[in-house]
This record gives sequence, C-alpha cells and structure tokens, in this order.
Amino acid sequence: MSAASGKLIKGATGDWETVIGLEVHAQVTSNSKLFSGASTEFGGEPNSHVSLVDAAMPGMLPVINEECVRQAVRTGLGLNAKINLRSVFDRKNYFYPDSPQGYQISQYLSPVVGEGEVVLELDGGKTATVGIERLHLEQDAGKLLHDRSPNLSYVDLNRCGVALMEIVSKPEIRDAEQAKAYVTKLRSILRYLGTCDGDMEKGSLRADVNVSVRRAGTTELGTRCEIKNMNSISFMGDAIEYEARRQIEIIEDGGSIDQETRLYDPGKGETRSMRSKEEAHDYRYFPDPDLLPLEFSEAYVAEIKAGLPELPDQKKARFIADFGLSPYDASVLVAERESADFYETVLAGLADKARDGKLAANWVINELFGRLNKEGRDITGSPVSAEQLSAIVDLIGEGTISGKIAKDLFEIVWTEGGDPRALVESRGMKQVTDLGANEKEVDEIIAANPDKVAQARAKPQLAGWFVGQVMKSSGGKANPQAVNDLLKSKLGI
Amino acid sequence: MTDLTSLTLAEAREGLANKSFTSLELTDAHLGAIEAARALNAFVMETPDQARAMARAVDAKIAKGEGGPLAGIPLGIKDLFATRDVRTTACSKILGDFVPTYESTITSQLWRDGAVMLGKLNNDEFAMGSSNETSCFGPVVNPWRRDGSNTTLVPGGSSGGSASAVAALLCMGATATDTGGSIRQPAAFTGTVGIKPTYGRCSRWGIVAFASSLDQAGPIARTVRDSAILMRSMAGHDPKDTTSADRAVPDYEAAIGKSVKGMKIGIPREYRLDGMPQEIEKLWSEGAAWLKAAGAELVDVSLPHTKYALPAYYIVAPAEASSNLARYDGVRYGLRVPGRSIGEQYENTRAEGFGAEVRRRVMIGTYVLSAGYYDAYYLRAQKVRTLIKRDFEDCFAKGVHAILTPATPSAAFGIGEKGADPVEMYLNDIFTVTVNMAGLPGIAVPAGKDTQGLPLGLQLIGRPFDEETLFSLGEVIEQAAGRFTPARWW
Repeated sequence: MSAASGKLIKGATGDWETVIGLEVHAQVTSNSKLFSGASTEFGGEPNSHVSLVDAAMPGMLPVINEECVRQAVRTGLGLNAKINLRSVFDRKNYFYPDSPQGYQISQYLSPVVGEGEVVLELDGGKTATVGIERLHLEQDAGKLLHDRSPNLSYVDLNRCGVALMEIVSKPEIRDAEQAKAYVTKLRSILRYLGTCDGDMEKGSLRADVNVSVRRAGTTELGTRCEIKNMNSISFMGDAIEYEARRQIEIIEDGGSIDQETRLYDPGKGETRSMRSKEEAHDYRYFPDPDLLPLEFSEAYVAEIKAGLPELPDQKKARFIADFGLSPYDASVLVAERESADFYETVLAGLADKARDGKLAANWVINELFGRLNKEGRDITGSPVSAEQLSAIVDLIGEGTISGKIAKDLFEIVWTEGGDPRALVESRGMKQVTDLGANEKEVDEIIAANPDKVAQARAKPQLAGWFVGQVMKSSGGKANPQAVNDLLKSKLGI
Repeated sequence: MTDLTSLTLAEAREGLANKSFTSLELTDAHLGAIEAARALNAFVMETPDQARAMARAVDAKIAKGEGGPLAGIPLGIKDLFATRDVRTTACSKILGDFVPTYESTITSQLWRDGAVMLGKLNNDEFAMGSSNETSCFGPVVNPWRRDGSNTTLVPGGSSGGSASAVAALLCMGATATDTGGSIRQPAAFTGTVGIKPTYGRCSRWGIVAFASSLDQAGPIARTVRDSAILMRSMAGHDPKDTTSADRAVPDYEAAIGKSVKGMKIGIPREYRLDGMPQEIEKLWSEGAAWLKAAGAELVDVSLPHTKYALPAYYIVAPAEASSNLARYDGVRYGLRVPGRSIGEQYENTRAEGFGAEVRRRVMIGTYVLSAGYYDAYYLRAQKVRTLIKRDFEDCFAKGVHAILTPATPSAAFGIGEKGADPVEMYLNDIFTVTVNMAGLPGIAVPAGKDTQGLPLGLQLIGRPFDEETLFSLGEVIEQAAGRFTPARWW
C-alpha cells in the first residue's frame, strides 16, 4: 500500500517531504478496568477508584476484563484489520510512581489486532488510505499531582489500570493535514463503534506522533523524533509543522537529527526535547506469567462482526447511492455519529425518502448545522428536532410551501417550537398553487413588460425574471414551479 | 498437654469429633509448645488471641455438629500468605509492618473449613533460599540435631518455619509454598511430609509472589494422610487467579491405602549424580524396593534434559522475581527510606529493604531480561523448560505412573555452613526444580536417616493433577520407613 503524496515543505536547498506515523492511545469504553473490577468513571476523588490489584498490593493478580477484549476486537474489525485469535500479554518494566506494579501490562510481540487500514477524507473530496500496523491492549498509568505540596508529589491511581487500545499506524502519513484527517477519522470510527468516547479533553484519546523528514523524491526514512501525548488535533497539526521545519533546518545547516522524545508547548508553538535515545528505558519485556495467552475462536470474532454498526465509510457510500448526495455532503453528515444519526432520523420521518433525501441533507447541513455553528451549539442540543425537520422537508417536497417560506418556518420552529404542518396552516404560510390566482398576476406582469417578453422569447432563460416578479407580488406563497410552467405556456417558450 | 501436640491431624480430628478434647484445649497445647520453642525461631508472629477466639468459635460449631473438614485443627501459616489484620511480611524488611486488608484464597479456605490459626511462620525472604537463613527475622533452627552434636542445623527453605514447626509439634500442619523445592526440601530436612501440587491446583491469590509461573502452595504435615487432608481444603479453582485450574477437587484422603499394585514407577538414570553420598543412593534403592514389594513395577527411565534444569531455573525464577518485586518501592506501603528524588527514594528503600540474596536475584533477573541478553538467557531458558516438560510427558506416555527420586542431595547442614557460595546453596534444589519447571506434582516423604541420625526424604513425581497416586505411593513408603520425630532439646 503506498501513501498519498502530501504537501511538500520548501527548504533553503529544495523541497522536503514529511513522514509521519502515529500511535494513538484510545481509552476503551468499559465499566471496569482492564484487569480489575474498579470503576473507570472520570473525575472521582483521587484514589477513589482503586482496587487492591490497581494498587499492586502483595499477592494480587490481574484478571482480564472480557468486555475490554471485545471492544478491542470490535475496533479491529472496524479498522478492517486482522484479528489474532491468540495474543499474549507482556510486562513492560519501569519504575515510576504512577505505575504501582513497577510494570505496565501491555502486548508486545503478539498484539490482539494486526494489520488494517483507515480511509482519510481530504480537502476537495479526495481520499487517502493509511495502513494500520497493529492494535494492542494495555493498562493506563495513574497521575502525579505536583501542585499540592512544595516538596512532595501525590499520586492518584484512579486511571491506573484503565484499558487503553494503542493503535499504531504505518509511517504512511505525509503532512499535518493528513495526520489531522487520520486522527479525525479514527476518532469517528471509534465513536461509531462505541469502543472509545474520543473525548480528547479528558484524555480519552491522545497521540504520540513520530515525525521525520526526507528530500522530496527520496525513499529512505530519516531519523525520527517522537512528540508525546498530543491531546488536540489542531495542536498536533501545529506540532508536526513546527517539528518538520525544525528538522529541515538542522539538516540543511549540515547537522543531523537525534532520535529523541519531544514535547509540544502550545503556548510557545514549539517542541522541546524530553529525553534522548541514550536515556531511553530498557523495558525488559517478557510474557506476563500471571496471565494466560488471550485465545478466542473464529466464531467469537464472527459473532462480534455480526453485531457491528454501519461505519462512516459504508454510511457515506449508502447516502451517495440512495439519495444522490455529493461525496462532500455525505462526508459532512457521517463525520460524527450524532450527525449521521440525526440525518437518518430525518430520513425516517420523510413521506418520500427517495424524492426528498437529498433535500433533507441540504437542510441538515446548510440550515441546521449553519445555525447551530452560529450559536455554538451541537447537534445533541438542537432546538429543531429531526421530526420537525422531516415535516419541514415534507412540506417543501410536496409543494405545500416554497423553500423561501420554509426558511421562515424553520425560524419559527427554532425559536418557538411547534408542529411545522400546523404552523403552516395557522399562520397562512401555504403556497398558492391555485393557478387561477397566479394567472391573473402573470397576465398583468406580461402586459406591463412587453420589452422583457421580447427578450424572454429570444432567450428563454430570462423567463426567470417573470417568476421572480410573480413570487414577489404573491408574498412568496406562489409555487415557483407552477408559475414557471404557466409563464412558459403564456410566452410560448 | 504434650500428648495432644503429638497427635497426628487425623487423630486430632477424631478426638475433636468424639469430644475427647476441645479445639481450645488443642489450641492451648500448641500455643504452649510454641512458647516453649522460641529457640527454633519458627514463628515470626504468634497470634494466641486470634487462635483462642477461632478455637472457641469452632468449638461452638462442633457442639452443634457443624464443624468443617478441618474443624478445630490448629495450623501455622507461612508469612508469604496474606492474612487479614495480621502482619504479613514475606520475612522481608521492605514490607515492614504491612497488615493486609485481605485474606489469601488458600487461608480463607482453611478458615472456611474450621482450621485455627496459631500464627505466621518464618521463611526465607520472599521465599528465596534453601536454608531459611535469608529471613529478616533470622534463621530458623531445625529441631533435628546430629547424633551427639549441639550444632544447630538449618531446616531447609524457603518454608523452613513451616517444616520446623510441624516437626517440633508446634502445629498440626502448615501452609508452605514451593517455587523450586521450598516445600519438599525442608520437609526432607525435618522428617516431615510436603507436597507441591500441580501448578494451578491451588490459588496463588494473596500469596506474595516470587516467580509466578513456578510458585505453588501446598501443605507440610507429619503424615501422608495429614497432608492429603490439608490438600483437599487448600486446592480448588479461584476466579481471581486465572492460572488456577477449573477442575473438581478429589477426596485425596481416599487415596491413602489404595493398592499400588501394577503401578509403573520410573527410576530416572539422570538423577544418579556423580559423588552422590552413598546413604542417599541406599535410601533410593530401599524406597524402590518397598514400592516393588507393594506390587509396583520398577522401570528405568530417562529424563535427558535434567542437567539443564537448575541453570534454566536460576534464569526464569529471578527474571520473574525481578519484575514481581518491583512493586516494593516505598511509595504505597512497607518501608520507605526517603531521598532527594524519586529515583533516590527507590534506591534507598530497596537497598535497605531487601537482603543480599533478594538483591542478587533481582539483579540476575534484571540482567537476563535486558535488551541484548533476553534471547541468550530468558528465551533459551524457556526453551529448556519446554524440553524438560517434554521429557516427563514422554515418560508418562510410556505408562509410567510416578517417578521416584531422592528429595535432596544431602541431609540438613549447619547454619552458616553454606553461606559463602550461592551456587553451592542452589544445588540443594537439584532434584526438585525440574518438577516446578514442568508444573508437575511432587511429594517428599521421610524414608530414613543418614549415618548421623538426620532424616532423609524421597521424592515422588506424578502426572499433572494426579496427586492421588502420590498420596497412595507416599503412604507405602511411610508405612515401610516409619515416622520420624526429633528428640526434644529446646
């Protein structure tokens, strides 16, 4: 699989290509931790969600939480990845107070999920495919609190032992935009699957970003630096841009890149060294003797597969095929599970989905999303329900109201609520489809504008001017299609 | 009251059931014996108040006819087992005065069945040792002495406190653990019976870990029958230990006295070591002859990878230990020796908290797992382990029911006699480590004495989860060899 080409960076001596690989840590959605029964709830009092196992008391043993395994398999299937029927938990040994066991239980040589892929949505409706190297399960660490005492650090073990999926991409990402699109898409897939809530502010999703550069047109990989713990997609983009330029400058000045771990400082907009390769830990991985290898059957995987929801790529394809949506609109609708669900509910409420599906998409994207964005609200807090929007679209589709009236109706529903169909009745917003009423207006306008009539006969497109005039004089209630038909017959075009 | 302590567990069980005496009387007799035997240093924590409270409670139950299989039986608990509200240290300074809020699965099963806890027993620090000299509470003294000598001898290790206490009639039985021979070697050194069950037969939950893939708990008792009675209460599946086996626990006692006629007993030629003392050789032949006399068939077998077992064991066990002991860092419990940084605090705490043998094994384990050495040591040792396991499988596939070997290469030695060279100490485990490496059950049964009057033991190695055959065969040896009780000098 070859990577899509990315944006090149102009250096002093020529063009450079960035090579990026990501390790995304996604917190598994589960009630209890990976190897203990303690709660995974966010934001409890420090050390209130800690079992004897999490605190590594003497003689305690880990027991695998099968729900977390299921979630990892679901995620693997959602990434079109190979599911390994046998995988092994290893110990990654290091000393730090956030790791009470003195080791993290992870998967080193035999991860639960193997190679897969993610399709990115890029600007201009383009797509690119990024390979997934592997996905493995591991324990999260606790948290150190340095601000409670001038000379002591405190330890909060609430997060300690919570299940994480580490999802490792191949180094097939070529610029910051692709990296952002990758995390966005991955997050979307995880949220569709319900395997990770994707909440980056709470740290449920964070990325370690490996960045290297090479001269455009070359294929050898340069020395990489790893930017740790990015928990914002836009900062990650900034960090990659900065880091790539930093590396290019060093190489162009005759220097070389030191393999190291770096941290991004969003305040200063720069990365700085955290530890070098020499300071890197020797983790002394070995299979955890407290845990048996993780083994399951093809049938177990098949059963999970059968229960997978429709994922964004499938949904997008269906929207395009069934309702004639543009790829862009379809992408916008499927990007967030909540948006897609909203649109699907609107569709379900329509009298004629095939006729009005595309119209409904326009209304969701342009009117509803536009208005929500303007007011800084999200879809879950929309004052206009999917059912109300279905009714509005139905009214347009069946010709009861025009698009222009529909906007007024939308405004009323947004601010006052109510049943759109009843509102149209009670407020007299119905479109006038009585051709007799329109005919009089059409005749008057034709009679009053002989020059325009001549022009329209020569150039039929100009008939639109007459439609506009009729719509204006009817206060928007005339049916533009009906008026158009009538005009054409009167003008003989 | 001395006569009460000299009863076997099975006899005491009968006496309690017959109301010949109460658990409180039996418990008091043992508490008295413990007090009088402090010179042995077998107990690191006596719990007389708890013992009497438990005894009274169980007496009330017995009166109502509700006692469990171990109702009223006073036991000693190796300090490696977590006991709720009772200090648990693994005999390491690093655990300090650690008091667990939880009870190990095995001890909770013993209390469920009505046993009474007399206190916590001494052991080698973190079960690392073959002489019980590495305990932070000082060495345990073997109740046995060489004929006409006052030299204090080791009881073996790491379950030295358990073996010494059972041999000296301080408790009717004791829990122990065995990672490379820590039940069987001290049993052999003290004239007691010790069985290491199949890996997975007993739960490891709540036992301070040494080497997780090798550790297995079992009992030390004065007779084969007593050890079978204790095994039944200790064994069983535990959902909190995923390496424990989900299979029914048989009535092990029913295996006692079962005919061994027609059983094939393997005599492995690789266990005949160069320079092995004549008396060990003689003991082994005698044991074989007794089994033959009982109707068993002796067959020569080969376990070709035996010679690699000890070196491979001393890679695998320290490797796992180096990781298992990382949690003793001074942050959450136990000893903390502050430093100017967290790194310094770790160094200070662990340097002061761990004894020399534990430090040595942590360093060996860290080394063999290091990048660049992993393949040459740890990975290769695991391959050797597979081969050792296969040796036994091949042997059992040929119809062999059990394998007879000496339990130790010598009788108990003097305290301080083997301190200088760690390898000399490690050689004590030469006949026992293979069993842990293969995950098999092994029992040590006293079978005779050496020329200086010290007890010697034989080991029977069984098929996976076939402890019953070991009890049947063990009892044949016991019947032929008689029982061994040290003369009281303390």
